[in-house]
Amino acid sequence: MSITYLEAIREAQYEALREDPSVFLYGQDIATFGGAFKATKNLSKEFPNRVFDAPISEDAMVGMAIGAAVEGARPIIEMQFADFSSIGFNQIVNQAATLYWRTNVPCPITIRLPSGGTAGSGPFHSQSMEAIYAHYPGLVIVTPATVEDAYWMLLDSVKLNDPVIFCEHKFLYYHLKADQIGDRELPIGKARIARPGRHATIVTYSAMVHEALRAAEELQLDGYQIEVVDLRSVKPMDTDTILASVARTGRLLALGEAFPWGGVTAEIIARVTTDGFHLLDAPPMRLNSKDTPIPYHPNLWKSHRPTTSTIAAALRRLLRN
Amino acid sequence: MLLSRVLEEKLGSLYRAGGRIVGGVYLGKGQEAFSAALGVQLRKGRDIYGPLIRDQAGRIAFGEPIIDTVRTYLGAVTGPMRGRDGNIHRGRPKEGHMAMISHLGSLLSVVAGGLFARRLAGTLADSIGATSIGDGGTSTGAFHEGLNMAAVEKLPIIVSIANNQYAYSTPNTRQYACENLVDRAAGYGIEGMTVDATDLASCLKAFRMAAAKARAGSGPQMIVGTLLRLAGHGEHDDASYIPDTKRQDPSARDCLQVAEDFARDHGWLSSAELRELNEEVRRNVDQTVSKVSKEPAPDPFKENWQALSCAELVEGQHEA
Repeated sequence: MSITYLEAIREAQYEALREDPSVFLYGQDIATFGGAFKATKNLSKEFPNRVFDAPISEDAMVGMAIGAAVEGARPIIEMQFADFSSIGFNQIVNQAATLYWRTNVPCPITIRLPSGGTAGSGPFHSQSMEAIYAHYPGLVIVTPATVEDAYWMLLDSVKLNDPVIFCEHKFLYYHLKADQIGDRELPIGKARIARPGRHATIVTYSAMVHEALRAAEELQLDGYQIEVVDLRSVKPMDTDTILASVARTGRLLALGEAFPWGGVTAEIIARVTTDGFHLLDAPPMRLNSKDTPIPYHPNLWKSHRPTTSTIAAALRRLLRN
Repeated sequence: MLLSRVLEEKLGSLYRAGGRIVGGVYLGKGQEAFSAALGVQLRKGRDIYGPLIRDQAGRIAFGEPIIDTVRTYLGAVTGPMRGRDGNIHRGRPKEGHMAMISHLGSLLSVVAGGLFARRLAGTLADSIGATSIGDGGTSTGAFHEGLNMAAVEKLPIIVSIANNQYAYSTPNTRQYACENLVDRAAGYGIEGMTVDATDLASCLKAFRMAAAKARAGSGPQMIVGTLLRLAGHGEHDDASYIPDTKRQDPSARDCLQVAEDFARDHGWLSSAELRELNEEVRRNVDQTVSKVSKEPAPDPFKENWQALSCAELVEGQHEA
């Protein structure tokens, strides 16, 4: 008996619907069909009149969730792909993110973003949107890397009284499995030491946590112990855990799958250099995707994003400095 | 209508005098009849209203006290927006009064969502929603998405389109290519009608009918009002782009004048009574402005600067 990352997301939605009658699901093809990835499989059967197919209208889907939240509902919106949330961008950053601050009325909505690249998906079904949304005040951005976090952080997100952008990684949907969903360990906002070490720290999140762990294994063969910090949520970002790790290792690699300009890795570097410059024994490094749209062909795609080998190469450079 | 006109004239003069109002002032002059006729159909606490820029009259009719308007324009900390947002961007969502953002068309799906949630919770009963837009706002994707979704979900919502012929300076000919905006209703599979928005009696009749149909479960109702904006886009705008010939058009009639004449002709109000009413309204507006002028402005040192309701998730302020 094992459970995948994708099944954990489905189970969390089942549990959210079961626990709280004010929860409902709205998204394209999510009712009878069960969603493009089957993240809502059978939920419409188990919860009649709580799971709805939406028209292809990301703007209106988010707008309707906001209106429903004002009325006391806790909607979960499924974007079919994170990329398409750009059509709902205005409602997310201008309406949902400002509602509480402007009117004192909380906006408890959860927007699920199937994120990140898989081979063959191309420029418009592969994007990572976390940095865009993290830029705006009034949103919580979570990026689970494990089966447990996919489950518990989704349940926690639905319970939060603020809008949550739930970035679930499509690459992990089927590949990542756990024997069972373990206990809830950390709340949203706390990072996790995914692997302890003492020679360098990789700070990363989502699918890149697993690439980082494999690179750390590789470096282990050379006698280096690499610490891997899984941010879990990029906003809020657990700066204390990052700084504590850098204090132990003296070296930092900020790693992300998203585009290189600005973004989460830039934020990590900025925080460590401003608050922990004295902790660094070498200039910090960043590793991101290339600065082009995400390519279609697997050969190009594998070279576009950071991989175990490019991460390991970056670590070796970092350790030489 | 009268209260709205007088209040807005006061806001305009405060703006021109300078100092008291920061930012713009956006008036609904010429649109009061159309706006108020919708507002009076709605019941505060039971219906959901998403007004837009030129709906001072509708907001009053819905039950918003004018002190909320004045406090928001002056940025008073006592107002519903507490100085965090201003002028027309105000509301009390928990009372069914949605606080518009500047992005046109985006409130339609929000009002629809409130109705949708009520239907799920079994609390919809005979409550309805209503939202306003102008001719220009109908060109947005958000308007189309929202109206289509409201139609698909068969929600009881009135969509009021004030066709004042200019979106800021852009005339109808550069805004849409159909004969009449109401032709679009058929495309959404909803009912729609056009009304002379300078005539209060016609507006009242149209919105009363629309509200009854929406309450009875006939789905979204579109009402297009034909009129001319009798002010600039905002008070900074002299509307010199509107040709004089346009101002001779029947659509340029002042709805307030039309309504007053109607009331006088029917013997409902004498000229003396109208004058008296006018003075009473002016006193009310002046007293409100005077009261709010003495209220405290927001203090940046008392502001908590937190955009999230969950305080434990607010990041520390990273200041140098």
